[in-house]
Amino acid sequence: MKTRTAGRHFRDSLKSISRNGWMTFASVSAVTVTLLLVGVFVMIMMNLNKVADDLEKDVEIKVIVELTADEAAITALQDEIKNTSGVAEVQYSPKEDELNKLMLDFGEDLRLFEQQNPLHNVFYAKAANPQDTEKVAKRIDRLDNTFEVKYGEGKIERLFSFLNTSRNVGLVLILALLFTAMFLISNTIRITIVARRRDIEIMKLVGATNWFIRIPFILEGMWLGLLGAIIPITLVTTLYYNIHKVVAPKLAQGNLFELLDFSPFIYQVNALILLMGVLIGVWGSFMSVRKFLRV
Amino acid sequence: MIEMKNVYKKYPNGIVAANGIDIEIKQGEFVYVVGPSGAGKSTFIKMMYREERPTSGDIFINGTNLSSLKNSKVPYLRRQIGVVFQDFKLLPRLNVYENVAFALEVIEETPTVIRKKVMDVLELVGLKHKARMFPTELSGGEQQRVSIARSIVNTPQLVIADEPTGNLDPDTSWEIMNIFEEINARGTTIIMATHNREIVNTIRHRVIAVEGGLITRDEDKGEYGYEN
Repeated sequence: MKTRTAGRHFRDSLKSISRNGWMTFASVSAVTVTLLLVGVFVMIMMNLNKVADDLEKDVEIKVIVELTADEAAITALQDEIKNTSGVAEVQYSPKEDELNKLMLDFGEDLRLFEQQNPLHNVFYAKAANPQDTEKVAKRIDRLDNTFEVKYGEGKIERLFSFLNTSRNVGLVLILALLFTAMFLISNTIRITIVARRRDIEIMKLVGATNWFIRIPFILEGMWLGLLGAIIPITLVTTLYYNIHKVVAPKLAQGNLFELLDFSPFIYQVNALILLMGVLIGVWGSFMSVRKFLRV
Repeated sequence: MIEMKNVYKKYPNGIVAANGIDIEIKQGEFVYVVGPSGAGKSTFIKMMYREERPTSGDIFINGTNLSSLKNSKVPYLRRQIGVVFQDFKLLPRLNVYENVAFALEVIEETPTVIRKKVMDVLELVGLKHKARMFPTELSGGEQQRVSIARSIVNTPQLVIADEPTGNLDPDTSWEIMNIFEEINARGTTIIMATHNREIVNTIRHRVIAVEGGLITRDEDKGEYGYEN
């Protein structure tokens, strides 16, 4: 293909967009509504996923050290825990710190115990993959000088199974929505092309090759996708910006979980919306034109 | 230029539109194809630019055998043939100029050449002043002139017209015929299916009559030969 033909296809696709005014409007609206749905839904699902991740990350293994362990043994144990496979991080909390924590919860009365601290020294470990917590805890339990290893047995299994189910449900919903979006958008584009099936037939009778006919339609599909992505991108960005501004500070106090940061996340969502619009537009055009080329 | 050898065409619904056609048409001829509706005229014509394929038999256009022509090569065949249709077949969203230019854009001609050729041919059909109008803004006769302009802008050796005056009033039909005469005078072969007895009997050319999928008559300077 010569460069001037490429230019011709480019101009032709733009001309088509403007001369098919109402058809363009109809397709772009359909694309807009669908992509908006996808954008908002992805935004919600990704944040719920983040909440799930945060909840999982809060799962800790509490390693209670034997009272008999001396300082050298404690250091050795710390290294051993660190080297246990699947452990991401270990934090040492001597018994004085543990007492302070209790005092925070139960009051200064406990200060009495400062003379004769009955508590154990403790390590807090986190599994690299929270879902492996149980296995990692059992491995740590086998080490010397551990008095007891706790990881919220029973509770975390239920938490994990709940989170996994919600993740899967979310994934299925997103896939279903993406599929619906693809179907809806390519169908609207098909309608605009079916209305011009006679044009395609005429072009073929005048001696146009299939690609000569196809390329402007594909470009037109791309424009429809791009135009349809403008409003969803603007709305989703504004929406998330404002939600983030209001909700994030409140969640920060709770310290339990946070929203996804505005910066990389919203660009990823926008890129997804744009990519979907363009890809589906191109794909929809390609598939619809194909049928009418056999003249 | 055109040669058909024992061409047989049966449609999927069982209708036999060509039942062993043999014909030869030479460069520069003007040929009328006449016959009652449903006799196989359109099929006869459509097979020449490969809108329909024969079930068996061979069709040669300038030495190319259409029966063995690959689908991907069909556009290149059609660029050597100008086709004019009864229903004009103009692209509704393109204006007159763009409709004619399309036939040249397809062969990736340079913009300068396109502009010159399109304006020349629009002058020939007398529509230079309506170059920016859209098909819907034109009368039937004007639309047919655009369609003719498009078919000859690429200076093909062969122009095929399927009832080009079928939708036009008598005066306009004569105008259209004059254009075809002029094109023919330049050496272009013209094959025209028509129902217009007056035209066939006045502007005398070779007449081929098709009936029941067979050529029943083939005479130079012939008459229309049917009651309208």
